[in-house]
Amino acid sequence: MQEEEVLGKAYDARLMRRLIKYLRPYRWYVALGILLSLLVSAMEAVRPYFIKIAVDTNIAQHDPHGLLVTTLIFLAVLLVRGFVQYANAYLTQWIGQRTIYDLRMEIFHHLQRLSLKFYDRNPIGRLVTRVTNDVEVLNDMFSSGIVMVFSDVFTIIGIFYFMFSMNWKLTLITLSVLPFLFYGTFLFRRKAREAYREVRIQIARINTFMQEHITGMLVDQIFNREQKSFNTFADINAAHRKANIDSIFYYAVFYPCVDLIGAIAVGLIIWYAGGNALDGAVTVGTVMAFVQFNEMFWRPIRDLSEKYNILQTAMASSERIFQLLDDRTILSMHATPLALDHVRGDIEFKNVWFAYNTPSDGNRSPEWILKNLSFSIKQGQSVAIVGHTGAGKTTIINLLSRFYDIQQGEIFIDDINIQHILPQDLRKHIGVVLQDVFLFSGDIKGNINLGNDTIPLDRVKAAARMVGANRFIEQLPGGYDGVVKERGATLSTGQKQLLSFARALAFNPRILILDEATSSVDTETELLIQQAIKKMLKGRTSIVIAHRLSTIQSADKIIVMHKGEMREMGTHQQLLALNGIYRKLYELQYKDQELRKS
Amino acid sequence: MRPLLRLKPYLLRYRRTLMYGILTVVGSNLFTIVQPKFLGYAVDELKHGIESKTLVSSDLLMWAGFIVLFAFIAGIFTYLTRQTIIVMSRHIEYDLRNDLLSHLQKLPYSYFQNTPTGDLMAHATNDISSVRNALGPGIMYPTDTSMTLILVLIMMFTSDWQLTLLTLIPMPFVSLAMYRLGKVINKKFMERQEQFSTLTTQAQETLSGIRVVKSYVREEFEEERFRKLSWNYLKKNLELAQAQAIIWPLMFVLIGLSLVITIYFGGLKVISGSVSIGTLTAFTAYLSMLIWPMIALGWVTNILQQGAASMERIGIIFDKVPDIQNSGATDTSIKEIEGTIEFKNVSFTHKDAAQPTLKNIDLKIERGTTLAIVGYTGSGKSTLVNLLPRLYDTSAGSLLIDGNEIRTIPLEVLRANIGFVPQETFLFSDTIAENIRYGVDGSTEEELENVADIAQIAKDISEFPKHYGTTIGERGITLSGGQKQRTSIARAVMRRPKILILDDALSAVDTYTEERVLQRLREFMKDRTSIIISHRISTVKDAQMIIVLQNGSIVERGTHNELVALNGIYADLHNKQLLEQELEQL
Repeated sequence: MQEEEVLGKAYDARLMRRLIKYLRPYRWYVALGILLSLLVSAMEAVRPYFIKIAVDTNIAQHDPHGLLVTTLIFLAVLLVRGFVQYANAYLTQWIGQRTIYDLRMEIFHHLQRLSLKFYDRNPIGRLVTRVTNDVEVLNDMFSSGIVMVFSDVFTIIGIFYFMFSMNWKLTLITLSVLPFLFYGTFLFRRKAREAYREVRIQIARINTFMQEHITGMLVDQIFNREQKSFNTFADINAAHRKANIDSIFYYAVFYPCVDLIGAIAVGLIIWYAGGNALDGAVTVGTVMAFVQFNEMFWRPIRDLSEKYNILQTAMASSERIFQLLDDRTILSMHATPLALDHVRGDIEFKNVWFAYNTPSDGNRSPEWILKNLSFSIKQGQSVAIVGHTGAGKTTIINLLSRFYDIQQGEIFIDDINIQHILPQDLRKHIGVVLQDVFLFSGDIKGNINLGNDTIPLDRVKAAARMVGANRFIEQLPGGYDGVVKERGATLSTGQKQLLSFARALAFNPRILILDEATSSVDTETELLIQQAIKKMLKGRTSIVIAHRLSTIQSADKIIVMHKGEMREMGTHQQLLALNGIYRKLYELQYKDQELRKS
Repeated sequence: MRPLLRLKPYLLRYRRTLMYGILTVVGSNLFTIVQPKFLGYAVDELKHGIESKTLVSSDLLMWAGFIVLFAFIAGIFTYLTRQTIIVMSRHIEYDLRNDLLSHLQKLPYSYFQNTPTGDLMAHATNDISSVRNALGPGIMYPTDTSMTLILVLIMMFTSDWQLTLLTLIPMPFVSLAMYRLGKVINKKFMERQEQFSTLTTQAQETLSGIRVVKSYVREEFEEERFRKLSWNYLKKNLELAQAQAIIWPLMFVLIGLSLVITIYFGGLKVISGSVSIGTLTAFTAYLSMLIWPMIALGWVTNILQQGAASMERIGIIFDKVPDIQNSGATDTSIKEIEGTIEFKNVSFTHKDAAQPTLKNIDLKIERGTTLAIVGYTGSGKSTLVNLLPRLYDTSAGSLLIDGNEIRTIPLEVLRANIGFVPQETFLFSDTIAENIRYGVDGSTEEELENVADIAQIAKDISEFPKHYGTTIGERGITLSGGQKQRTSIARAVMRRPKILILDDALSAVDTYTEERVLQRLREFMKDRTSIIISHRISTVKDAQMIIVLQNGSIVERGTHNELVALNGIYADLHNKQLLEQELEQL
């Protein structure tokens, strides 16, 4: 909310130049739009001229036939103008929509390339706003903003041209009210903007208060503060009302003033005509035409000042968008990345140091999450990582998929430094099952093959069968086409886990990373999960952050992490005999599982 | 439109302003409507003067003067219209919003647990503002429009009824077109909004699941998916644009048609001498006055419809009956609470839940003693203490305080005697002093400092930039989890409550500080009753009685030593925490 409060500059040449670039592909359409606006303006301006001819020539000369011809031409112009105006309105929208479509796709594409480090820093909600609402705001600028400004300017020029060519003295007199209009509008805009800002501030206060007191309603109620809070709120609410009523005042004054200035212009036309009609300088038709002109140039002038607002909001949004597009939190790329078509599955960590945040001043040492970590896993081996909270277990698997780059040391897959491999190439060979299962809205099949058409339905089914997910899937209405709600809301925790297992298997990776979920499931599902894990690990290199005793016991090797360091390594029996950290962890977390089994 | 009927009492409150406002609408219309008449007279005079060569410029000046004068008077009325009707709508908005908050304050805790804050916020802001729109512009424009329409028609008919009829031929088409287009646009608009929210959801989902997307290298697929939705959205937008783009040209053509008719037939009449050129001028001016009312018709319908939909949503909240309130059973003679608590076979089941959260709880807590509750997550610990300030009402059994059934104690008396430190610490973004004083009226600096000292937050506060005047939260400094919890404890102690409840309120405080807090609390709570929920054995070990909850039932009870000897859940917890301590020290 706070960032919306900042009303930026109305015009920023740097931002504007960058925005205009997005119109480049459509420059011929923009040109066409401007041309059409020109046509509309010309036909708009010609209208009072017809009236003048009808009155001064046809009617004055008692020429019904001429009158018919004039009105028919007028009618034809009217129809053509209507059609052109329609085409132009559609065209400008088309330009705007195409432009923001391009921009939106560019932002989305960019977002997907940014590394997880970026996502750690930026709340998802804010990013979604950039792709949706912020882009949306620019539509007005790209469509009506640019083309319509031309149209308004042309209309004004056209009207002035006809006025001057009819009677330049009367024109100057009619236009003599314009400075008042400009000054009045200027004054009004400034006051209205100040009032609007005040209203925004008060709305923000109401929102903050509401948000806080709805969230903290419990505290209000148990501390008997309802009345007190209500009084505070009523004050804020009253300030909001006052700000609004203040702003009503400016509107209430401005609009009647505009009307009054218009009426003064009409008065001036009549007064001038009274003094100059006898010498033939002014005709009745001229007066009628000028009264019409007088009405006509108000709209484009008022429109032009509206454009100011469009420009202002566009600047604010585009600033935020460009800031995002300029963010370069992308993994470093090797100049000549190696292709990785096939992997055996050897993994090695060699003296790896890693911190999520490196302090900007070089003096302080970063908060190391992993310290000098080295271990290796042979192809087909399965390794269990155990450790207390904050030991750095999750970080290890994040690094293997290259979600983050390490500060020191090297990580190898099949003796190739993973920094030399394109992240996408690397990840293709690694199946990841995370603790929090993320399901997409869609159907079951799509959640297993993630929309990958090279994984056909029979492979999806085979994967589901292997992990034992087939039973519940087949019972769902629709089976593999069964609907999955956002975040898999209708599925149980166990079902979600089985689905994520099936997903990993469907992609048939050489390396499997499994972060076991700690949440408890019923005994039957627990058994299914244990069996599924065994099947998944078979024949693959695997790293498991284990919470199950059964998983740990079946691992070839156990790595014990403690406070970012590897403290112990070996098999279950060896480590127990060591009587160190593992023994304590075992008693704390795993021993109960053994008891329950027996 | 039905839901808008709910607003009747509000409108009645401001009926005088409203009547006054409507009168000003009539006034401004009357004074606007005659201006073209003056223009007509002026033109006639001009023509006559030119033809007869007897033009008197002062006569024309008079008409010019009238036009300006009437515009001025009309302007004053227009000004007053906004100052009455629109201002009234702001007053009603104010009342409505206050009423909404006041109603929300009466609703029980469970309501807020089940209703997303975002929804309530949307009702309090967007919905109220669209109801406001229906009340302000929604009243002002229709009144103004219908007034203009009637007056203009009268003026035109009295000038020349034949010409009026001819001129008006296209007008019904304007309204009809507006009505039809309005419907199409509405439909297209809804479709567009729907597509927009699909697009938003998709973006939200892909970005939330970015780890999975990256892990399985699905970036291109997701982009393709997003591209399709984006493209559909573009198409929906263009369909909407197509419908919207028709409006203005169509209006101009139809109104232009009226103008053509006026000029041709009017011109013929002028030639034949049955109509003056001035009348014709006035006619064209009246025509332009009709444009806006015709268009406004469709627009206003839209505002009213939106307002009605919003009012319906707000109405749903107002219809929610607050069920935890004082009632006929309330005994108003109870003014004080001593602090003896007794649960007699109490059970509690959440609304719509299959299983009870608490089952047959029997428990007596004597005044001046401390009860500690331990148990796994979801065992019912918080629910048990939530029954005391009546955040929930028991489903079965009876809960007595000082021997009185809890429902008979006036709610404000009950809550005023309870110091509650909820599990989720909630502090307001205000100064630290205001937060600690939150539950009391009028307190001295000494009291403030004393409770801060008890809660072991005084030292932290002395290090804050403005000490007790330091603002915390979004617009101030951020407190650590432990500081928040200790502030929350100070706030509860500040009330000098007869019953103090700490719901896992020391979880983020280190063990050393925790020890000090508990020690100070023990002195303070000597004659009062304390209930402490905790996962830590260190927090609960000194309580007079400890109970272990599992699946809503009390499975173990006794003192620390008794429970350790029992070798059950409590003893297991105890052992594990000893192990964890050892691990920490490695």
